[in-house]
Amino acid sequence: MNRQLHRLALVTVLMLVVLVGATTYWQAWAAGGLQDRQDNAIQNVIQFTIERGLIVPENGKVTFAANRRKRVAGQTFFFRRYPTLGLAAQTVGYSTAARSQAGLEQSMNDYLTGSATNLSNALRRTLDRLGGGTVKGNKLVLTLDPSAQRLALKELGSQCGAVVAMNVRTGAVAVLASSPTYDPNLIDQPGGYAKVLKIRGACGGSSALLNRGTAGLYTPGSTFKMVTAAAALDSGKFKPTSAFYDPGYCIDYGKPVSNAGNPDQGGTEVFGHVDLAEGFQHSINSVFCNVGKALGARVILDYAKRFGFYSIPPLETPADERAASGLYVYTKKGRKLYDPKDQNLVDAGRLGFGQERMLVTPLQNLMVAATIANGGVVPRPYVVQRIVAPDGSIIRDTTSSNLGRAITPKTAAELTQMMVSVVQAGTGTAAQIPGVQVAGKTGTAETGVPHVYTAWFVCFAPADNPRYAVAVVLEKQLNGFGGAVSAPIAKAVLENLLRG
Amino acid sequence: MLTAIGFASVYIAGQSRISGASLTYAVFFLALYLAAHLVARFTVPRADPYLLPLAGLLTAVGLTEIYRLGPANAFKQGLWIVISVAVFAVTLIGLRRDYRVLESYKYLFGIGAIALLFMPLLPGIGQTVNGARLWVRAGGLQFQPGELGKIALIVFLAAYLREKREVLAQGRLKDWGPLLVIWGAAMMVLFVTSDLGSALLYYGIFLAMLYVATARVSFVVVGLGLFLAGAAAVYEGTPHVRDRVTNWLHPWTTHPVYCPFTGGTALRQDCTSYQEVQSLYSIAHGGFGGTGLGSGTFTNAAGQKIIPDLNTDFIYSALAQEIGLIGAAALVLLYMVFVLRGFRVALLANEGFSKLLATGLTFGLALQTFIIIGGILRVIPLTGITLPLVSYGGSSVLSNFLVLAGLMLVSDRANREADGA
Repeated sequence: MNRQLHRLALVTVLMLVVLVGATTYWQAWAAGGLQDRQDNAIQNVIQFTIERGLIVPENGKVTFAANRRKRVAGQTFFFRRYPTLGLAAQTVGYSTAARSQAGLEQSMNDYLTGSATNLSNALRRTLDRLGGGTVKGNKLVLTLDPSAQRLALKELGSQCGAVVAMNVRTGAVAVLASSPTYDPNLIDQPGGYAKVLKIRGACGGSSALLNRGTAGLYTPGSTFKMVTAAAALDSGKFKPTSAFYDPGYCIDYGKPVSNAGNPDQGGTEVFGHVDLAEGFQHSINSVFCNVGKALGARVILDYAKRFGFYSIPPLETPADERAASGLYVYTKKGRKLYDPKDQNLVDAGRLGFGQERMLVTPLQNLMVAATIANGGVVPRPYVVQRIVAPDGSIIRDTTSSNLGRAITPKTAAELTQMMVSVVQAGTGTAAQIPGVQVAGKTGTAETGVPHVYTAWFVCFAPADNPRYAVAVVLEKQLNGFGGAVSAPIAKAVLENLLRG
Repeated sequence: MLTAIGFASVYIAGQSRISGASLTYAVFFLALYLAAHLVARFTVPRADPYLLPLAGLLTAVGLTEIYRLGPANAFKQGLWIVISVAVFAVTLIGLRRDYRVLESYKYLFGIGAIALLFMPLLPGIGQTVNGARLWVRAGGLQFQPGELGKIALIVFLAAYLREKREVLAQGRLKDWGPLLVIWGAAMMVLFVTSDLGSALLYYGIFLAMLYVATARVSFVVVGLGLFLAGAAAVYEGTPHVRDRVTNWLHPWTTHPVYCPFTGGTALRQDCTSYQEVQSLYSIAHGGFGGTGLGSGTFTNAAGQKIIPDLNTDFIYSALAQEIGLIGAAALVLLYMVFVLRGFRVALLANEGFSKLLATGLTFGLALQTFIIIGGILRVIPLTGITLPLVSYGGSSVLSNFLVLAGLMLVSDRANREADGA
């Protein structure tokens, strides 16, 4: 019997070895995947035992995201609350009990929970845990200016659209307002998410969850003339004084494209003999149509890329809450960024004045204006100024940097001059601020529905020593032109920022 | 003795982190262990010196975790340990001269085993818990008679196989009779109690003992084949067993499926496989080093338990979370050492009954450990069964102390005879 006993013992030991192996599998190999599962009740509890870091603005007394302390069965739980309600909802985002997250709450989760892989961070966390103390996350200090942000939302009112603003020297984003907005505290309430989804604003378009400033894609209309003009001047093919004749239309593909298509003038206007600067000042489509045809789509798109088009602009929010600007084509799976190999597939004339299939985010348009203001160098946008550990030490302090040079200082100066004349005596006079020279560009893009436009205004000031750039977009404006409806909002926000 | 001090210190360390008052538990447990040790010292002085400390250590680990999960249950478990140690002592004292008298009552044990196994079916006292009918309730006391039935079965099989092993070994067709009878009984148990785990346990013990007794692999192969065939048939007819297998194969669904609890549809991980899945999360949360005793997460933010049967069937998940991979592996290692010592006892024993008894007791404990931990770890379908010596449950602790007493009796005798020769 002893032989059998030896064999049986071997089989039995193997059975127990399998148990050790299986335990290792679940605790080491599969552990990460299990922890990320939404139905993991333990992780759902753990998140509440961590005192998530606050999210606050650098200036101002408000708190975007705070915690409510509650003791349950001898354990302290921290539940997230958002005291500023919809003020920066799409940017700050939310973090719910079911661990669905959005905005900075999602992308900066590791910092907010103190689990980011940073040696001192990991050490402190371990000490917290061993000491039986609460694990504390790190505080986010944002560049957003609460008063300008509040003003922007007030100006937007029930209209759909976005206001974005940045410091042109540093790239620090001061305003990132998206309308309609929502109360992030609602998300975790029963039926709250469905309620938020239903908020669609006056336009009845995309939901309030969409961060229109960074992910809203709009036809740029005449604001794209900034890029076309930059390409025209910087390539050396045109000067501000280059002469054009405007018969009121431009022949594109053998057919006349009338200036009337540009509603900035409120009807067909014929300017006759003008130069490029005047064409820009009065936003004459036929001029930019001819510039586009002369340059070719390739040159214009290459300059657009220098400004950041065709790549998702850097920012600390989740990448899927930001969009790249550029030409888009519609496929069965939805719209797709389109970078043509053959430039003849693109209507360079219409591209020249910002129609074609060009779609731009407010942030990208802001970056174009900021680049011109910044002497041709593209500032790298950021919204998180600092990450501060619970003990007050600074984990990360954002230093301003740039995304390279887009145009020469000379081109930037010429463009600035052209943009100043737009506000002084062109299409953007509504943005004039007494005592401050404002440089801007209007845009009124066709939406495909007659008399309904996407209204833009992009500007910066002071023109001689630029500090802030602002971009405003309003969706579905009935007979609303950029110079009339968007420029006053941009002006108000700009004034607020320059005062601060 | 060294081991005893070692486990006591582990125990005290573990308890004091939770609260100072629980030190009384540690002192009490230590005293109880010393009492058991003294009884063993006088009745079975030559018994294997590792068995009792190992069992004590496992019990201590279990009691600590039970205390951590609910101090009230630890008190009840403590009472059961006292009773078990008393029964352990009585058994050692009563059978210290020659336990082989049991052999002459083998049919009594056989009938007793069957009676105990089928007891939960009796109307009035039988109880169905979690879909399996394994419980008997009399007065305020709940009891799983199958736990004792298991030991009676092992005693019976050891005696029966000792007597019939030469005949069975010839493998004549008519000698397959008893095998078929036991197979039939196991299937009956499976069918009427809806408990795959118990059926597998009894049948596995039987096959192992049969193999050791007859040295015929064919018995094992045919036996396993029959079991699988029978289980497959039962699988079709018993929804409870079917659910368990489905949960094992596909615990997570991405689309809602029918949920028998609510009658509506839900993701399976939110319905029938909830316990399995949450238990895996618990284990995964432990990681390499564990969260530390007392620091694990077992309740949700509203203070409700995440896993209902944490201190019985799922105690391994709780332990794996708090003591991590290192601790869990060490725990399994303890079982491994215990099992190897058990097989050593069987090897050293010099006559058939003792060998088979030790084999059955040892293998039974090992197989039970495999069935519950393997079930939790998704190695096999999960069936509710206790983790020997560690889980909360009076009948389980009692029966495992009887296993311990049996092994010590056999080893004492074997060692004495080896010296005498």
